[in-house]
Amino acid sequence: MRTDSETLNVEFTVNGEARRVSIPPRRTLADVLREDLGLTGTHLGCEHGVCGACTVIVDGEPVRACLMFGVQAAGCEIETVEGLALPDGSLNDLQRSFSEHHGLQCGFCTPGMLMLGTAYVRRAVAADRESVREVVSSNLCRCTGYQGIVDAVCELVCHPDGTGAGEDPAGDS
Amino acid sequence: MKPAAFTYHRAESVEHAVSLLGELGEDAKVIAGGQSLVALMNMRLARPSALVDVSGVRGLHHMVLEPSGELRIGALVTHAAIEDYPLVIPGFEILPKAAALVGHWPIRTRGTFGGSIAHADPTSEWCLVAVLHGARMVIEGPGGSRTLGSEDFFGGPFMTDLGHDELLTEVVLTEPRERSAIREFARRAGDFAIVSAAVAYDIVNGRMSGARVALGGVASVAVRAPAAEAELEGAEATPEVFARASRAAAEDLQPPSDLHGSADYRRRLVRVLTERALADTLAGD
Ligand SMILES: Cc1cc2nc3c(=O)[nH]c(=O)nc-3n(C[C@H](O)[C@H](O)[C@H](O)COP(=O)(O)OP(=O)(O)OC[C@H]3O[C@@H](n4cnc5c(N)ncnc54)[C@H](O)[C@@H]3O)c2cc1C
Ligand code: FES
Ligand code: FES
Repeated sequence: MRTDSETLNVEFTVNGEARRVSIPPRRTLADVLREDLGLTGTHLGCEHGVCGACTVIVDGEPVRACLMFGVQAAGCEIETVEGLALPDGSLNDLQRSFSEHHGLQCGFCTPGMLMLGTAYVRRAVAADRESVREVVSSNLCRCTGYQGIVDAVCELVCHPDGTGAGEDPAGDS
Repeated sequence: MKPAAFTYHRAESVEHAVSLLGELGEDAKVIAGGQSLVALMNMRLARPSALVDVSGVRGLHHMVLEPSGELRIGALVTHAAIEDYPLVIPGFEILPKAAALVGHWPIRTRGTFGGSIAHADPTSEWCLVAVLHGARMVIEGPGGSRTLGSEDFFGGPFMTDLGHDELLTEVVLTEPRERSAIREFARRAGDFAIVSAAVAYDIVNGRMSGARVALGGVASVAVRAPAAEAELEGAEATPEVFARASRAAAEDLQPPSDLHGSADYRRRLVRVLTERALADTLAGD
C-alpha cells in the first residue's frame, strides 16, 4: 500500500499572508487550512461536496475546500472566515448582518455561509430575494430554516423596493 | 472520510498529460475540476495511484463558434464560465440555462464541461446537451487524435470509450437551433436531476424543422426521443402539438425504477418536463 512518504512544498496566500506548507498530495485544502495552518474556522461536514460548510474563496471564487487538494492551491489567493473581521476584531458588515438577522444558531454552517455570502456580495448588483435563495441553497443549514440567512445577505445586496429583506415570495423551486 | 494516498503530477500540455498517463499506468487518473473525482476519492469509491492534474494546461479553455455554425468547447471550460458567458451564442442559447442547473455555484466555479462529459453521469446536463446537439468528442491519446460521436463515446452510466491514457480535449456541438430549452426535476435545488428534458428546433416557413428532443434519467445514458421529434417535425409550434409530442416522448420509454422514482413516475416526469421545455421555447414570442 502506498504511504505518505512523499510530501510537496506548496506556497499560497491565506487572507493576504504568504504561507508555505509541506503536505502529502492527498490532503484536501480544508485539512491543510485546519490541520497545517490551525485555521479551524473552515468546517467540514460531509467531505463530499454536498453541505458547503467548507466553502472558502480561492482567487475570488467560492469553492468547496473539501473538493480541492492543497497541492492544487499552489500560487492561489485563499480567503477564509478568519479574514473577515476588521483589524480591531469588530464584525464586518456581512457578519453584523448575520448577527442582527439571526442568520445563525449553532454556527456550524456559518463560516461556509459567510464565505459564500462574501463572494456573492462582491459581485451581486441589485440582486433580488429569489437569487439570494438560489445562492444560499448551495449550503446546508440544519438550524435556522434559512430565512435569517437570506435576510442577512439580502440586507447587503437586495434592492430596497420591496424585494429586500423581510418578505418571502411564494417560491416553489 | 479521507482519500487514499496517491502521487501528484502537474501536466504542462496535452502531450505531457498523455505521456504521464501512459507512464503512470492504468491506476492513474486525470483530475480537471475535481468536483466528481475528489468526492469519490474522499468516499474511497475511487483510489487512483496517481493524479495527473490537467487544470493548468493551456489551450483547453476556448469557446469558438465556427463559420459552419458549430461550437467548439474546450474541455477545461468551467460550468460557471458558460453560465456567465457575456455574449449570446447563436444556435446554442441553451448553454447558460443548462449551466445554471449544474450543482451549485461553488461547484460550477471549478467543475469543467469536459470533466462532466468524461464522467458520464446519466443525468448530467452536459451529457444531455451533447446528445441534443449531436456532439463530437475530440480525444488525444498516444497514437494521436480521434473523434467520436455521442453514440460511440457514451457506453453506459459513468462509462465512456476513453482509454486510460487518453484525454478529452474538446467537445464540438453541432446542429445549432434557433429555439431551445431545458427543464429538469430534482428533489432539492442543485441536486442531480431525476429526469431532464431538452428540446431544440428551427422555424422554417412557420413550421418546426430539425426538431430534437433529448432525455436524461430514463436510460443508462442520455437519449433522443425519435417519436416526439417526429410529432414536432414540420408541424406548427402550438400547445396542442407540444402536448402530443410530450406524450409520444413518454410512451416508448422503459425507464429504470429506483429509490428516486419508479418507472411510471419517470414517464410522467418526461411528459411534463418535455411539455414545459417546449412551452419555454415560445416564451420569447
Ligand atoms: C454537490 C454536487 C452536486 C453536483 N450536481 C451536479 C449536477 O446537478 N449536474 C451535473 O452534471 N454535475 C453535477 N456535479 C458534478 C460536477 O458537474 C462535476 O464538475 C463534473 O461531473 C466533473 O467535472 P470535473 O471537471 O470536476 O471533473 P473531475 O472530477 O476532475 O473528473 C471527473 C472524471 O472525469 C475524468 N476526466 C476529467 N476531465 C477529463 C478529461 N479532460 N479527459 C479525460 N478524462 C477526464 C476524471 O479522470 C474523472 O474520472 C455535482 C457535484 C457535486 C459535488
Ligand atoms: S465538507 Fe465540503 S461540502 Fe461538506
Ligand atoms: S446555524 Fe446550525 S447549521 Fe446553520
